[in-house]
Amino acid sequence: MRHIISILIENESGALSRVAGLFSARGYNIESLTVAPTEDPSLSRMTILTSGSDEVLEQITKQLNKLVDVVKVVDLSEAAHVERELMLIKVRATGKDREEMKRMADIFRGRIVDVTESTFVIELTGASGKLDSFIAALDAGLILETVRTGVCGIGRGDRILKV
Amino acid sequence: MISGAEIVIRCLQEEKVECVFGYPGGSVLHIYDALFKQEEVKHILVRHEQAAVHAADAYSRSSQKVGVALVTSGPGVTNTVTGIATAYMDSIPMVVITGQVPTQYIGQDAFQECDTVGITRPCVKHNFLVKDVKDLAVTLKKAFHIAATGRPGPVVVDVPKDITAQMCEFEYPKTIQMRSYNPVVKGHLGQIKKAVQMLQEAKRPIIYTGGGVILSDAAEKLTQLARRLNFPVTNTLMGLGGYPATDSQFVGMLGMHGTFEANNAMHYADVILAIGARFDDRVIGNPEHFGEEKRRVIHVDIDPSSISKRVKVDVPIVGNVADVLDEMLKLLDGGFTADPEVAGWWKQIDEWRGRDSLRYKQAEHIMPQFVIEKLYEVTGGEAFVTSDVGQHQMFAAQYYKFDKPRRWINSGGLGTMGVGLPYGMGVLLANPGAQVACVTGEGSIQMCIQEMSTCKQYELPVKIINLNNGMLGMVRQWQEMFYSKRYSQSYVTSLPDFVKLAEAYGHVGMRIEKPEDVEPALRKAFTEHKNDLVFMDFIIDPAANVFPMVAAGKGLTEMILAEDL
Ligand SMILES: Cc1ncc(C[n+]2csc(CCOP(=O)(O)OP(=O)(O)O)c2C)c(N)n1
Ligand SMILES: [Mg+2]
Repeated sequence: MRHIISILIENESGALSRVAGLFSARGYNIESLTVAPTEDPSLSRMTILTSGSDEVLEQITKQLNKLVDVVKVVDLSEAAHVERELMLIKVRATGKDREEMKRMADIFRGRIVDVTESTFVIELTGASGKLDSFIAALDAGLILETVRTGVCGIGRGDRILKV
Repeated sequence: MISGAEIVIRCLQEEKVECVFGYPGGSVLHIYDALFKQEEVKHILVRHEQAAVHAADAYSRSSQKVGVALVTSGPGVTNTVTGIATAYMDSIPMVVITGQVPTQYIGQDAFQECDTVGITRPCVKHNFLVKDVKDLAVTLKKAFHIAATGRPGPVVVDVPKDITAQMCEFEYPKTIQMRSYNPVVKGHLGQIKKAVQMLQEAKRPIIYTGGGVILSDAAEKLTQLARRLNFPVTNTLMGLGGYPATDSQFVGMLGMHGTFEANNAMHYADVILAIGARFDDRVIGNPEHFGEEKRRVIHVDIDPSSISKRVKVDVPIVGNVADVLDEMLKLLDGGFTADPEVAGWWKQIDEWRGRDSLRYKQAEHIMPQFVIEKLYEVTGGEAFVTSDVGQHQMFAAQYYKFDKPRRWINSGGLGTMGVGLPYGMGVLLANPGAQVACVTGEGSIQMCIQEMSTCKQYELPVKIINLNNGMLGMVRQWQEMFYSKRYSQSYVTSLPDFVKLAEAYGHVGMRIEKPEDVEPALRKAFTEHKNDLVFMDFIIDPAANVFPMVAAGKGLTEMILAEDL
């Protein structure tokens, strides 16, 4: 099962390696990981996309909570939440492909943020599945480079992760 | 204003640290200078940093105080890693202060630089790199707090040399608040009630306890609880002494080398009350086999991640063992009637006991089991017994009957050969005048043998019980049983003359080769040579094996007994 774990952690040097080290040492998998300070700069918020059985997820949450720097942990995917990922994708855009690329970007509500004679950089935000579909919809030969932030997410409504 | 180095020492004084184990070097020279100028904190100069950490670890194990070690950067730190990992696996509270190269050199591959925080991260409860002298006192306060509270463990504080020279006001915080660290103490009352209910319903109950009982200083409460319930009790290797081994309710240690009765009782129990134990692989054997019996499990542990990690738990109780036992005892005072079928369960247990699974045959050679039995007699069961790792460790655990907690000091989790002698030093420094026996083998003892010199310097009269089989016995046993007797690299040749070696270090050496000499030699060592380190080289039967044994991958009840062979 796919899970999105959100972590509030003291914004200390080494915090990231404590979390990453825990996952590798215990053989948990990380599909993506994003981290940045919160509105309170003494705290960082980390989002980890992982997968595993319920037992594994229970262990992951418990082990994360055991880290001395970790303030709070929630499994966002346990209840209603919003998740987003951002992708920048550089494509070849020459001749008639230029128009086609523009059209595809529009369909997926992407934005062209950089233009040269032969390339576009398209910015696309959404759930990971949407980014995957966009890639699938393009002619693979035209994709020059992609970069994705990994998933970040937030609970809906009253579900608030704060100290 | 005082220097960072003086702050370090003042913090140790504030924590009432009486004894630090360490080894100096470039990056800690300021700290050693500050140490020199005072008398409250005593320093024990070991001969290898690994031993400093092991000694600090045993200091803690045998006294409940936080052990402290102090080492220099680079090789000083890397030498401590085995000791830190050993303490971590057994949840021992300890603070290790490490020197670091000056702040401006960090990351430059400076002389004796290593990434201490990175190297130790996977084997500490927490670690710190101090970046500002103003944070030094608070960081040390946090280190002691974190080490000793919750599930205890080692904490490393890495202090760059320039910080130990900088001047700062000293103020030691009285208390510490951390929003990210608030270990639970009290168990959930509703859960405890459920547990008591389940105990009333139990027909085949067992109380299974581990190192958590010792760490929480809850042995007395456990004894009260067990007596009140009149249920059988088994201890893990780490839990020995948590319940009096001479008591009739004690069924012995369980696990890979547990007794026939303990392993069967654990396997066939319908309710397991697990306290401060973690169902590890050496305890339950093959988890699928263990899972074949239907049972209900109550699990008391301070660490939520230990619960339902390997065995599904029906009533989890997160809390400090001593506090939870208090609550249970209170509830039991309100009235408790055990199920009448428990009497039949005791009958069954007595039948299992009848197999006498620790029986062994005397031979022409000295049997290792016999040495431990005599050690028990001669010390009146009152000694602190440290051990190394191997067959001798299992013999000590099986045949020395520990009635009190904190008397059995061994590396259970990591299984580190070499701990025995430094453990003996730590125990003696925390318990001056105590009888201390280090049960070891000719393989293990050589891993920290240099500490005989430290023992001379500080007059630490450890009695080294070397069960010399000329073999890496535990390795040989596995090779005999599972590798068709291909004894690959398990035979130790070119052993030193241990008697002469002990004498060379300024101690007393004895070689004991006949069964009838065992007891007199031990008596002599513990009376006439009370104040000497005595190296007792017992030449034992090289073929002796440890039984019962649950082979790797086998179920708890699939034990190999000595009588089967
Ligand atoms: C540092 C370390 N290296 C290797 C091992 C693996 N090991 C476990 S028991 C053992 C043999 C120990 O021999 P000895 O100390 O003579 O004890 P005996 O089993 O003969 O009683 C070995 C090599 C270990 N536990 N620790
Ligand atoms: Mg040996």
